[in-house]
Amino acid sequence: MLWLAFHFRALSLEVFSRGAAAPEPMAVIEKQGSRTWVIACNDAAEACGVHVGMAAPAAQALADGLVVRRRDPSAERESLDGLAVWAGRFTPSVSLAPPDGLLLEISTCLSLHRGLGNLLKQARSGVTEMGYAATMACAPSSHGAWLLAKAGIEKAIRDHVRLETVLAALPIALLDQPPAVVESLERVGARTLGECLRLPRAGVARRFGQALIDELDRALGRRPEAHAFFEPPPNFERALELPAPVQAAEALLFAACRLLPELEGFLSLRQAGVQELELVCRHERRNPTVVRLGFVKPSRDTGRMQLLLRETLDRTRLPSPVHTIVLHAPLVLPLSASSGDLFKARNGEADGDLLLERLRIRLGKDAVHGIESASDHRPERAWRPCQEQKHATAAANRHRPLWLLPKPLPCHDGRLKLKSGPERIESGWWDGGDVARDYYVAEDRNGAQLWVYCDRASGEWYVHGVFA
Amino acid sequence: MSASLESVLQHPGIWRGNQRAQTAEDALPTGFAALDELLPGGGWPRGALTELLIERQGIGELRLLMPTLASLSGADGWLAWVAPPYVPYAAALAAAGINLKRLVVAKPPSEADAWWTAEQALRSGACGVLLAWLRAADERRMRRLQLAAETGCTWGVLFRHARAAQDRSPAALRLLLEPAANGLAVHVLKRRGGPVSKPVILAMPQPGVARRARRTAPVLSLVQA
Repeated sequence: MLWLAFHFRALSLEVFSRGAAAPEPMAVIEKQGSRTWVIACNDAAEACGVHVGMAAPAAQALADGLVVRRRDPSAERESLDGLAVWAGRFTPSVSLAPPDGLLLEISTCLSLHRGLGNLLKQARSGVTEMGYAATMACAPSSHGAWLLAKAGIEKAIRDHVRLETVLAALPIALLDQPPAVVESLERVGARTLGECLRLPRAGVARRFGQALIDELDRALGRRPEAHAFFEPPPNFERALELPAPVQAAEALLFAACRLLPELEGFLSLRQAGVQELELVCRHERRNPTVVRLGFVKPSRDTGRMQLLLRETLDRTRLPSPVHTIVLHAPLVLPLSASSGDLFKARNGEADGDLLLERLRIRLGKDAVHGIESASDHRPERAWRPCQEQKHATAAANRHRPLWLLPKPLPCHDGRLKLKSGPERIESGWWDGGDVARDYYVAEDRNGAQLWVYCDRASGEWYVHGVFA
Repeated sequence: MSASLESVLQHPGIWRGNQRAQTAEDALPTGFAALDELLPGGGWPRGALTELLIERQGIGELRLLMPTLASLSGADGWLAWVAPPYVPYAAALAAAGINLKRLVVAKPPSEADAWWTAEQALRSGACGVLLAWLRAADERRMRRLQLAAETGCTWGVLFRHARAAQDRSPAALRLLLEPAANGLAVHVLKRRGGPVSKPVILAMPQPGVARRARRTAPVLSLVQA
């Protein structure tokens, strides 16, 4: 077993601040007892002299324009769930350590991610991309990894002996024990885990409770650990509240990109892709604006989503500033994982589907289409525009023109010379689109070859195609 | 000419004014031997613009491209039709050997969108060929398209009216097409390499004739009712 623990040390602040690139000074306060304290603040606030542990009114007096938010445990829990969804891209065994931790069992998925170093690098960049900061540590036991992460020791430890020596130096206060126990341990001179372990087990259990011994054993991997693994939600819908209302496409895109890694994790755990994506932009006192993305094939490529989101947002006119965005995947379809190329993937390979998606965003969905043939004798019904070609074979006919006029044009052109024909087409009496026509190939004075017909009911002549 | 001079002239870096340019870029055979003969590299230039100038639609300008389009549709890459004047007709395209799966038609709502679409299609490199019917051409737009074609290494075909023949154009190849008896007269207005003075007459497959060759069609005159 190898466990990777994440400790999100500033989660209470990041739930408010991660939606913008350069947030203003911000502090999170919490009421403890009768007074309200600053429990987290960002760099901008620190630069103004605000620090953690300060009384809330003092912080407000110190920094002009400081954004003060009350701690929101439910938002933190939602963020942690989102992070667990994201972690699904690495391993299905994800366990929550509320309020601010994640535990991942990674021994089974190391080769998939080409080794521990690579996995840690991916995890690090993913966390940063989502706008969080985390301390990451690896250990053979989950509690051991968690203690290391909480202590801020970013180490990857793979054997028990080394784990014991490293853990021995950690302070007692990190343990998950009531304050009274920690205090009385310190009073007997056991300030680190190592000192605590050197005390006789039976005596420690009698005096400080069996729970302490159990916790130490779990940390060292001497006692099995029970985990409730995180179950990802059936649907993907994630909201992100922006620190301040914005209207600029660039700022919205930035916020949306914070959510994309979570979507990617959600999709890769399910071996699925999205064919449609909705970005709901909520306004104050107005109906939300929904920005829709369509993909030619199911996709879970966040780079592509980002590119298409950028183009769509650039072309969307928002009625008023947006305070919250919601990323929603209404259509999730199975997508087989692309097997990695044994050799280096071909560079610069053009992506045909991406071109169609980009054209559809700018021109509209119906303005870009393929063409397929339909089985009907009437020329105007023998073809139809299609978004995706389904039929493998097309009915070929050598006697048809390359250009078909969208609507037959009455012959006003004076003289035409009939060159061959007639070909009689009579069809459609059963569905109201009755046609009875004799088709000819005709040449006009300029040498252009036209496909004309004589309507047998009215005797009128029409041009229906051009042999271009 | 002495033997040594002959060997010097064989050097690939030397081009003589009376030859067509032997370009290294790959060319797409046109399917018409007489035309391949005239074109640098022996075919349509990939990675460049080709302009086809016509007085009016329907003289065989698409039939001229069909052999090349058919072979391109066998490979990856879209056959992109941007702002076509009429509907490309599925049955006839299939009869010409084109795989309809590779066909994509874009009908941009405005002229600016059409130029944008053409440029994106060329630049992306995801298209085997771009066929575009664009209006309001100016030198800047044309140059952008030519650069996009070079970037994406895509063959771009622009259909323009014959009155644009006198305009300057950055296209690598410009052909003026005129109807001829049972075919098409192709004037090479511009190519990489020296000028061509005489037009080449290409025999085009004629519509409808093959099936009803033995029956003489009535000669009518259609006068507007």
